[in-house]
Formats: sequence, C-alpha cells, structure tokens
Amino acid sequence: MSGVAPLLSSRGLRVGIAGRVFCRELSLAVHAGECLAILGRNGAGKSTLLSVLAGLREPEAGEVLLAGRSYADLGARASALLRGWLPQERSEAFSSTVLETALVGRHPHLARWDWESETDARIARQALASVGLAELAQRDVQTLSGGERQRLAIATLLAQAPQLYLLDEPLAHLDLNHQIATLELFARLAREQPLACVMVLHEPGLAARFCTHALLLFDDGTTQLGPCGEVVNSDSLSRLYGYPLREVGDKGQRWFMPA
Amino acid sequence: MPTRRRALLILAVLAALSQLCIAMALMVGSIAINPAEVLATLVGDGGGTAGDVVRSLRLPRALTGFACGGLLALAGALLQVLLRNPLADPYVLGISGGAGIGALLAIVLGFGVGGINGLAFVGALGAMLLVFGLAHGEGGWTQSRLLLTGVIVAAGCGAVVTLMLAIAPEDRLRGMLFWLMGDLSQTGDPQLVLLLLLLVLLIALPFARELNLLARGADIAQALGVAVRPLRRGVYLLASLATAAAVTHAGAIGFIGLIVPHLVRLAAGNDQRLLLPASVLAGGSLLVVADTLARTLLAPQQLPVGVLTALIGVPVFLFLLTRAAPGRH
Repeated sequence: MSGVAPLLSSRGLRVGIAGRVFCRELSLAVHAGECLAILGRNGAGKSTLLSVLAGLREPEAGEVLLAGRSYADLGARASALLRGWLPQERSEAFSSTVLETALVGRHPHLARWDWESETDARIARQALASVGLAELAQRDVQTLSGGERQRLAIATLLAQAPQLYLLDEPLAHLDLNHQIATLELFARLAREQPLACVMVLHEPGLAARFCTHALLLFDDGTTQLGPCGEVVNSDSLSRLYGYPLREVGDKGQRWFMPA
Repeated sequence: MPTRRRALLILAVLAALSQLCIAMALMVGSIAINPAEVLATLVGDGGGTAGDVVRSLRLPRALTGFACGGLLALAGALLQVLLRNPLADPYVLGISGGAGIGALLAIVLGFGVGGINGLAFVGALGAMLLVFGLAHGEGGWTQSRLLLTGVIVAAGCGAVVTLMLAIAPEDRLRGMLFWLMGDLSQTGDPQLVLLLLLLVLLIALPFARELNLLARGADIAQALGVAVRPLRRGVYLLASLATAAAVTHAGAIGFIGLIVPHLVRLAAGNDQRLLLPASVLAGGSLLVVADTLARTLLAPQQLPVGVLTALIGVPVFLFLLTRAAPGRH
C-alpha cells in the first residue's frame, strides 16, 4: 500500500433500502490498478451499494471518499472527472444518434459555454470503435438492440475517461464474445493506465479471472472482502448463492459449476 | 450534434422568419397597409390612421403574441426535458387550470383587463406551488409523481372551471369562453411580457447542455457532473413562470407548447442549446401567424386564436406522429 489516497474508499458504511440492511460497517479501499467484483444473489443490494459508492444515493451511515474527498466536498463536476457510473437500466425518451450519445460523456470536460470540439468527437469515435460500434455512429439510439445499447453506454463511459469505473452489470445483454471483450478492456485499462474498476458480476468464474478483488454480499447483511484468490472459492460461493458449487480448474483458470 | 456555426445559422434564419411574420401581421387587417407605410410608422414619422393602427393596435398585439408564443414553446421544451416525456406541454402541470380559475373569477366579478390578468397570475402561481408542494413530499421527486400530481391538479381545476361556466350569468359567458380558448384581442403594453421572455431564455440558456443530460435520465446526468436537484427545481420554476406569464396575457392558447418543440426537434435535433432559442423564435412566429389569421379570416368577426393554433396543430402533430413511426424500426 502506498501513501497515496485510494481512488475509492469507504468507512463504516451502512447501506440499506426500505428497512432492509445490505451491509454494515463496510470499510473498503480500491487503489489504481485494482478491479473489485461485487457478487451476491438477486436483491442482495449490489446495485444499491454501487450507487452509494457512485455518490448517487446517501448511505444510512458512514462515508464514501473519492481520492480522499467526499462527494459533497468535490461537487458534481469534479466528481464526474474522477468516477464514471454504468447504470443497469437505461431508457431513451428522445431520439439521438449513437455519436451524440457517446459525446455526452465529454460533458464534465467542457466549460459552460463550450461546444464539443473536434478532439471530443475524436475521443468519442475512438470509444465507439473500442466497443465495435464505429460503423453505427449515425444510427438512432432508439433503433439499437439491447446489447448494442449496452456497448454504447460503455463507450459513453470511456469517452468520459474517469479514473474509477463503477459498472453495474456491465455484461448485461452482451453475447459471449462481447462479454469477454468488455472484461478484457476494463482489466487492461486497470492494469495499464492505471485506473480502478468496481463491477457487479453474476459469474464468479469471470470475476476470478478478470478481477483482483471480490466483495461478497450475503443475504444476512454480512460481507466478505479480499483478493479473489482468497475470497472466491467453492465454499464461500456455495454459501453466497445458497446452492452447492464445485470448483473446476483448467489451464490455470478456475470455474465454478453447479454441483 | 449541430456545430455552433450551424446552430447560429439556423437561429438567424428563424429570426428573419419571425420578423417577416410580424411584418405581415402589421400589414394585414381591416385596413391594408403597404410595407412602405409600415416602415415609415415604425421609424417614427408616419402619421394618419395607418400610423395609429400600426402603433397602437397591431404592433402591441403582434409583439404580445410573439412573446406569448415564445414563452409557451420554451416552457413546453423545458417541461419535456424535465418530465422526460415528449408529450408534455406547458399545461400538463395544471398551471393553465389555476390561471383559468383566477381569470374566470375576475370576469364573473366584472373586473377589467388588469384585474383579469392579476387574478389569472395569482391562480397560476397557486397551482404551481400546490403541484410543487405535493410532488415534493417526503419521498423526493420523481418524474411520474410530478406528472401525476400535475395531471390531477389540472383535472381538479378543470372541474372548477366547468362549474364556474355552469353557474355564471349569461352575459359573461362569451368573455369567459374566449379567455379559455386563448385570445389576444385584449392585449395592452407588450413590454413586460417581452422582457420576461428574454429573461427566461437568458436564464435557461447557460444550462442548456446540462438539460441535454437531464433528458437522458437524472442518475446519468448526476454521474456526468450535473447537480440534478437544483437544476430540476430551477427548470420547474422557470417553465412555470413562463407559462403563467403567457397564460396571464393571452389565455390558455393550446398546442404551441407541445407542437413547436417537436417541430424544431424533428428539423434540427434535440440539442437544447439550439432547441430552446429556436423554439422561442418558431413559437412566437406561429402564434403571430395564427393570430393574424384569427382576426382576418372571418373579419370583422374575431376568432379566438387558440382555436386556430389547435386547428393548425392537430393535423401537423398527427402528420409528425405517422412520419416518425417508420424511422424507429
């Protein structure tokens, strides 16, 4: 651990909704270069926790710090330069083109009276290209398929270019090759830039393969946090999902099969 | 996404178009006045009947119409973003209903134009605060809660208006109906409402790019650096004041606030930096044209302008709906 403040940290965090508590006294720290997977059953509070970490919802207790400062202290715009958030659900009320939608990610980088420049357009096109949407740049978003919309949302996030990516089910609606491509993209960004990712995943094998750390949210409000090698194993996962899982190893990779 | 240059070009064309519409409104009427005479009057030395008609009748009426049309279109565009609903219009949140109660009460009590405008504004403000207070209860704000509260308050106001029409004395009915349908024949000095239009536009424009984000969803906007809570409240307040000002001056003129932002969006895209000022120019022009038709079509009888905006608006809207459908697939 270096002396630099972690990109994301929480102290004594308590998150809940409508009387149900998802986690108590949660303290975590995510540094640049790290990838944290959040695992848990449906309704275990994964998305709620992620939106608290993104500063979009108030915790019941405790605090969330972004590069050592609170969201209130930073303000909306400075926060947006540091962290990006991929929502689980999106709806487009108005039509706009794919490129326009990706350009929205540039908002925090522009001053009040600025219009998007050629540089911004280039960044947005690069982001579209990195998720394989370059050819659809002029299409109306309302004509896209679910998977294409998901990749467009990821491209918008890439155009925003934050240091911390908070991804709520980044693999939703994606086919198999785009699932792996997306995880490889974020794992590579985290390694090389370096920046940090926190992602809600449903496949523990992929979490073990692409993430450095994992946070397990159990139904009773307890949590387990640590490096994937320690936390993600058939015992903890069987308890997490309430179904016996068996670990299968192949070429250095671990997969978890329903027993 | 339009470039800044393209946006300015579109706005320049629309500005020229609105000047043309106002010029037409000054020339056409029971006395035809040719362009040279109109110009002479405007420059200042034109005398005689033509000068009087232009200066004291047609010019104030055209300018008030332009300002009210612009305010309604602007309020419509803002509310469509706030509610994330392309079918929202300035009256969906009950503001015109509140103004209607105030205005009809003033007419029944036999007040003059000033009293009618004053009570209409008080009614609009009352409905606005009521909806804001109810929608802003414990659980915070959601679009659907705001929309539902507005629709219900509007329905309640509608019932009160109907009740007032039912029990009002016969000789007041015509005035009440004209007010409800929207009418520009009772207008006075246009300065105040023009000033309000300029003010609302100048306050809204710096936030136009943030409104682009708000249109994509509150959480997405917040994550991208928009302070959503104050922005939403500001937009609600601004749209409500714009609607109240327009309704106070010209009655509940329909369809401008719904149709004009749609037309502009179809022609020039949904970038609020262009959409807001373009809607003002297009909405103003449309209302000036409709009002010119209202006072000339069946002259010397004057029609309520709200009937004409609806008669123009309904087929245009239906056309847009059928045209928009194939593009979605």
